[in-house]
Amino acid sequence: MTQAEIKLCSLLLQEHFGEIVEKIGVHLIRTGSQPLRVIAHDTGTSLDQVKKALCVLIQHNLVIYQVHKRGVVEYEAQCSRVLRMLRYPRYIYTAKTLYSDTGELIVEELLLNGKMTMSAVVKKVADRLTETMEDGKTMDYAEVSNTFMRLADTHFVQRCPWVPATENSDPGPLPPAPILVISEKDMYLVPKLSLIGKGKRRRSSDEDATGEPKAKRSKHSTDNKEPIPDDGIYWQANLDRFHQHFRDQAIVSAVANRMDQTSSEIVRTMLRMSEITTPSAAPFTQPLSSNEIFRSLPVGYNISKQVLDQYLTLLADDPLEFVGKSGDSGGGMYVINLHKALGSLATATLESVVQERFGSRCARIFRLVLQKKHLEQKQVEDFAMIPAKEAKDMLYKMLSGNFISLQEIPKTPDHAPSRTFYLYTVNILSAARMLLHRCYKSIANLIERRQFETKENKRLLEKSQRVEAIIASMQATGAEEAQLQEIEEMITAPERQQLETLKRNVNKLDASEIQVDETIFLLESYIESTMKR
Amino acid sequence: MAGNKGRGRAAYTFNIEAVGFSRGEKLPDVVLKPPPLFPDTDYKPVPLKAGEGEDYMLALKQELRETMKRMPYYIETPEEKQDIERYSKRYMKVYKEEWIPDWRRLPREMMPRKKCKKGPKSEKAKDTSKGVSLTNTADVLKKIEELEKRGDGEKSDEENEEKEGGKEKSKEGDEEDDDDAAEQEEYDEEEQEEENDYINSYFEDGDDFGADSDDNMDEATY
Repeated sequence: MTQAEIKLCSLLLQEHFGEIVEKIGVHLIRTGSQPLRVIAHDTGTSLDQVKKALCVLIQHNLVIYQVHKRGVVEYEAQCSRVLRMLRYPRYIYTAKTLYSDTGELIVEELLLNGKMTMSAVVKKVADRLTETMEDGKTMDYAEVSNTFMRLADTHFVQRCPWVPATENSDPGPLPPAPILVISEKDMYLVPKLSLIGKGKRRRSSDEDATGEPKAKRSKHSTDNKEPIPDDGIYWQANLDRFHQHFRDQAIVSAVANRMDQTSSEIVRTMLRMSEITTPSAAPFTQPLSSNEIFRSLPVGYNISKQVLDQYLTLLADDPLEFVGKSGDSGGGMYVINLHKALGSLATATLESVVQERFGSRCARIFRLVLQKKHLEQKQVEDFAMIPAKEAKDMLYKMLSGNFISLQEIPKTPDHAPSRTFYLYTVNILSAARMLLHRCYKSIANLIERRQFETKENKRLLEKSQRVEAIIASMQATGAEEAQLQEIEEMITAPERQQLETLKRNVNKLDASEIQVDETIFLLESYIESTMKR
Repeated sequence: MAGNKGRGRAAYTFNIEAVGFSRGEKLPDVVLKPPPLFPDTDYKPVPLKAGEGEDYMLALKQELRETMKRMPYYIETPEEKQDIERYSKRYMKVYKEEWIPDWRRLPREMMPRKKCKKGPKSEKAKDTSKGVSLTNTADVLKKIEELEKRGDGEKSDEENEEKEGGKEKSKEGDEEDDDDAAEQEEYDEEEQEEENDYINSYFEDGDDFGADSDDNMDEATY
């Protein structure tokens, strides 16, 4: 794990789980797999705290445990899973676009809690939805269950590995840790539950959680009374499926940008047809015949078969090679080259970064070297039609930024510089890795800056929160306009402006984090696709 | 390599044109310090994407941040005692739900052992090193009673912390819950503990008494 990744993980863990969990988590990421006592000893925290932290981390699928010989249990952190926490808003928003508010809340609850049983999720989501509905209406459990089942059918949620039910009645010495199993066919099997009920609206006096201990007590008592029908069957959000969806989205929008709407629809149809049949790491989808595609086009689209064939031929002939032709039966068998598509997307990202950082002439040189693979200094000047001095300057700038690399080709065995060719080339994989590393650093910087800004203005923020609370309580008890005005004036105009600036900055930093994460997704997908080969 | 060094004339060993500049040209200055932390950029960054989706994700992100702080998974750092007890602190406490993990899915060592009263005991032990021996006997007796009552092989080692607390430099709570089945044999010596003047750290973990007794003999003969 690079230092940049560790720093980013540390910031994310601290923001979401507090300092103790962060300390334990970062220690595990740095040192690899370790048993409980070593963790406690090395980090200097009490055993109790370490246990709590590990429970939280295991619950959220950030740490896994393994039993080694002599009964020692070792814990290992998953750094890449910690980095996924950046992408939670995107997952939730995607669920919203696909399955509307119910789906959105289901995925949100699963992500916030790590793992949950289906009944718990359904109950919580129904309660939350009931809150937002008008007075008197409630959300039925059945509707939420239906959405949950649809999410499971399309593989967006999956079951967690479970403890196998042991047959022998005499347990003997208990193993130090349960061995969890998972079978492919059971992963999306929804248990047959008959969840009847409606969402409960919380009493309005419980609205703000300050100083209401009875809310806590009542939750406890209801849990203990009812037996949970699907006890032990936990569900988690299937992040890989979301990633597959994002990848498909990226490919479709790339085709739409390059060609037109119709071709992007065709590509979207092809991807949809191969969603479940193609494993996510495959280099290309299963071959689809033109007839099948024609039948599966969305209902509103009425293009004739010949037009479809023409579009497919166009797509297959495109130099970007998103779509390939793999045979002639059934009117032509077409596949989507996923790896090539990801490679093109990563390359486009690199080009755009070079353009924005060094200028359009540099971008021209970069694209030239990409296209011609290896070029000498002189050839670069000639092909790009840029004067020698500037071309050399730009090449060296890109070279020091590691976007371009030099390839030496010696003419003689002694590698004498006067008798060696020096060729400029772009190694996409290493440039992508470099850029990814930079992205991690950027996000870490963004988060730190945001925390700094918030800390600087902490006093002001607290004051404004207090004033808002006062106003809200006064409005509830029915105060006059003049009194409210007076309270609002507690915050002076320059303070208001300061708050405005703070809010704007924090929003900008947050939005930047989300966008950098999109780039991270593209680059990581590309790098992953090259590794699996 | 042992060729002519140019016979008095400076000559480069390679084609200077290939590198990109000609002889006698002014080269840029040598860089003497690391690049600045916040360098000026020639090109301004592109504005962020704006749209309904992005706005929604932004709001979600900020909401999630707030929500996570209120969840039971967010473990607050225990604050040090403040010099002045603030009255308002009592009314500003946020009540969080308790979260109990599913113990069937976790390793057994994760379960907190409720029998140990860690906090008060370890603090007491740190202050009163004199009371160590007394508490030890009491604990050993209590232990024997418990074992008789429960009659199972599990040993929990509460007196561990008093022992370590006797040393001035004990890490707080470091030696609290040693109830792993695998670790039993290492702490067997605690059971046989008597009131003696030997420092606990004298024996390495896993050594038995017999092997070290020769070392002690030297002192005894004096």
